[in-house]
Amino acid sequence: MATKAMLSQQEKSTAASTSAFSWGAILTVISGIFMLAALYMALVWAPDALNLTAPAERYAQRIFYFHVSSAWLGFLAFIVAAVVSILYLVTRKDIWDMWALASIEIGLAFFTMVIISGSLWAKPTWNVWWTWDPRLTISTICWLLYIGYIMLRGAIDNPDRRARFGAVYALLASFSVPLNWMAIRWWRTIHPAVVAPGNNADESMGSFGMSANIQTTLIFCVVAFTIFYITLMYHRIKLEQLQRRVDSLKQRLLYR
Amino acid sequence: MATDLIPTTSTATHGFGSYLRKVAAIIGKDVATELRTKEMISAMFVFSLLIIFIFNFAFDLRAENMQTLAPGVLWVAIAFAGMLGLSRSFVLERDRGVLDGLLLAPVDRSAIYLGKMIGNVLFISLVEIIILPFFIILFNQPLGTLPFLAGVVFLGSLAFASVGTLFSAMAVHTRARDVLLPIMLFPVIIPAMLAAVRLTAAILDNIPFDEVSQWLALLVAFDVIFIAASFMLFEFVVEE
Repeated sequence: MATKAMLSQQEKSTAASTSAFSWGAILTVISGIFMLAALYMALVWAPDALNLTAPAERYAQRIFYFHVSSAWLGFLAFIVAAVVSILYLVTRKDIWDMWALASIEIGLAFFTMVIISGSLWAKPTWNVWWTWDPRLTISTICWLLYIGYIMLRGAIDNPDRRARFGAVYALLASFSVPLNWMAIRWWRTIHPAVVAPGNNADESMGSFGMSANIQTTLIFCVVAFTIFYITLMYHRIKLEQLQRRVDSLKQRLLYR
Repeated sequence: MATDLIPTTSTATHGFGSYLRKVAAIIGKDVATELRTKEMISAMFVFSLLIIFIFNFAFDLRAENMQTLAPGVLWVAIAFAGMLGLSRSFVLERDRGVLDGLLLAPVDRSAIYLGKMIGNVLFISLVEIIILPFFIILFNQPLGTLPFLAGVVFLGSLAFASVGTLFSAMAVHTRARDVLLPIMLFPVIIPAMLAAVRLTAAILDNIPFDEVSQWLALLVAFDVIFIAASFMLFEFVVEE
């Protein structure tokens, strides 16, 4: 409890130190509160899953809330990146390029979390760190697609070309994801289908019935993560704007 | 040859027929260049043969039955050899200023893409047609599967070249060049590769077509979607 109080205290002090009513500060405080509440709900408030008996499995099941939320955020980031890439190619406004970059960087971070938390959950449940399960595979493919985007941008010096190539790549990568999804659905899967109603949860190993409280917690976590995503986007885009301003000022000083 | 490349009369610059003629001219240019040196096709052929050999040695100790690995080995060979060809596709164009010439020519940008893409499909398919009999012999597969395999290989090469040509045009403008192309291309073409491997396995194991028809649909859908998308997006890649 003490750390929670400290964290929110810290958030308040950072909020106070910047301008009185900045959107960034408000968003940061809101997402901080939501994330702490989500943490409390996932770890304490939510009941144990009904049909999991081994203690290790029961505790590991609580990874589920942040695991699913991270995956949702990763895919959301990908969709946002694809949409703003189209907007960039049509309007050629730099701001959309910043959106795409910010979204993909955030998505990359959260897909890393999905893969790591999934791996930690898989060990007590399936007794392996990694299986070639389709959903694990597609998360990793998305992660690789993001990495390709970051590396492509890193290898281009001309900012205009960097934005254009980035947008083209992000768009083609987003076409690849649904086809990947289709392909993996046709493969056999052992990943629990969490969307399925609670009473036929014994289809695959490690799946569990979802009681009402579990569902509430999951929905709350997804909402909290979405707010967190908006906050991160706000700060990342702001940072990128400052970065570009610094770059242009440097250029002006150098070639004066 | 040179007269084919330049539209000589002003009447020939409009309409679908002239568009096709421009595409054909670009294909003709690539084929002529390749026929003079033959360096790309021979390199791709030797490389894919080497891959098949290396896999034979690499899996020999542990694999119970080499035949179960055959589809995977074939597609790794195709993917790597195709990558070799694609990475060269725009390097010559850029180093010798051909790309600037093409962009200055009164030709629609998409025609340049189509020409280069069909050229790449031709080269990759040609190499695979030569490699398939070797593959069948080395992995002791029935010879009657050859025409079906050729069909799947063609569809797979099409998927490969569709995005590959676009990414290749992007990669030549980057600092890392050849290094970047596989990093961009492989994750995107994974669905096509999965479908192609499944179809190849089905052909080699004599599985009835009904069970794998969805994979054929996926492969064809991939080809259509990515050719259309690359066709439209190529303009953004070469503009400046």
